[in-house]
Amino acid sequence: MTLGKELRVHPIRDGTVIDHINAGQAMNVLKILGITGSSSAVISVAMNVSSKDIEFKDIVKIEGRELKDKEVDKISLISPNATINIIRDFGVAGKHRVKLPEMVESMVRCANPNCISNTNEPVTSKFEVKSDPIRLRCIYCEHVITENIAEHLL
Amino acid sequence: MTFDRRHILSMKDFTIDEIDFILESAVKLETLARGGKSDLLAGNILALLFYEPSTRTRMSFETAMLRLGGSVLNLGSKEASSVVKGETLADTIRVISTYSDAIVLRHPSEGSARMAAEFASVPIINGGDGAGHHPTQTLLDLYTIKKESHLDNLDIAIVGDLKYGRTVHSLAYALSLYGANITFVSPPQLKMPDQIKGDLKAMGARVSETENLDEVLGNVDVLYMTRIQKERFPDPTEYNKVVGAYKITGEHLENVREDMIFMHPLPRVYEIDSSVDGSTHARYFEQSFYGVPIRMALLTIVLGVEV
Repeated sequence: MTLGKELRVHPIRDGTVIDHINAGQAMNVLKILGITGSSSAVISVAMNVSSKDIEFKDIVKIEGRELKDKEVDKISLISPNATINIIRDFGVAGKHRVKLPEMVESMVRCANPNCISNTNEPVTSKFEVKSDPIRLRCIYCEHVITENIAEHLL
Repeated sequence: MTFDRRHILSMKDFTIDEIDFILESAVKLETLARGGKSDLLAGNILALLFYEPSTRTRMSFETAMLRLGGSVLNLGSKEASSVVKGETLADTIRVISTYSDAIVLRHPSEGSARMAAEFASVPIINGGDGAGHHPTQTLLDLYTIKKESHLDNLDIAIVGDLKYGRTVHSLAYALSLYGANITFVSPPQLKMPDQIKGDLKAMGARVSETENLDEVLGNVDVLYMTRIQKERFPDPTEYNKVVGAYKITGEHLENVREDMIFMHPLPRVYEIDSSVDGSTHARYFEQSFYGVPIRMALLTIVLGVEV
């Protein structure tokens, strides 16, 4: 193991390693997980790490926490190739790639300010999800979000 | 065919067979639409919920219901209803569902009709949702083309505000189901959005675009004009220039195909010279009338009555 690799991949006892995050999206992943500068969790972030599968990737390691399904779905929207490694007692207890859901509800705000889902009506936002590239189509106003998806996450 | 679509929300929900079924039902009802009364929908009540101004859509739905022997409930002005007290659309829809057998909704927010359908216990017909959809306008446009020209192998130019105009997006979508050859004519700032052009091509439409109206006039079966709205232009001089370039006068119609028809969803402002009204090509007033048989057909369909 090289010195560089040791520095980047410091093992954790229990928690989650989110790997193969699209380069540049690590901070958005932290935002999805509600991790701010004031949280006490131990977090490691590696950005623009060279990778075999994709040219560069980001990695986020969170100690003492496993992710909820909704958090994983949100991560899939901004980083569809990310992998989730669940770590228990220094070992990988589970590893899976995020899966893009067909529909997301209450996760994304419609980018159309005039959409009925952005009013005081008792409805939650719902989007159909298409892949390659990721497109989110609002089921109400049919507005399609293709860029800067992280900015629209609720 | 059996038509079991409960709500009329967006043209994208329809198959070509369903559209043909609606158009054929309208053919059967057209004579009645021109005068007379039947009892096909006797005992049924249609609620008209218009949160925005409308002349043609509201009145033609009312006429359609009355010709079919049904009755109409009007929301009236927003100020006279609970809307002014801040009642949500969802609650209004739930309540009006208990007073009526079908609801026509026009609302300024995009997606409002689809949301209303989630809360309604009766069919919802979208009478226009903001800059979103206006399916009954599209259906009457298709009916006009079918009656006055032809839907197969159609060459059509759609002219005007193609960026924001809700009617042209739905119309272009529906025409692409029929494999139409569509030319979009607009100033650069009001061009058809790329995403919609991409969708249309993927569906089999032949699509091209130009800024020059004169270039296409002689090559189309249908000339479909739309209004260019002044508020889209920050600079009034720019607006005046554009409006002048897209105004149809008698001269424009000199070299068109003999059977070319000229349509406009109305209201028109400056884009058609009144001298064109008497031309053999003008169909915009007939087009307005066709809203009645189309809406009669839709009402019989959503209320489950065979024509």
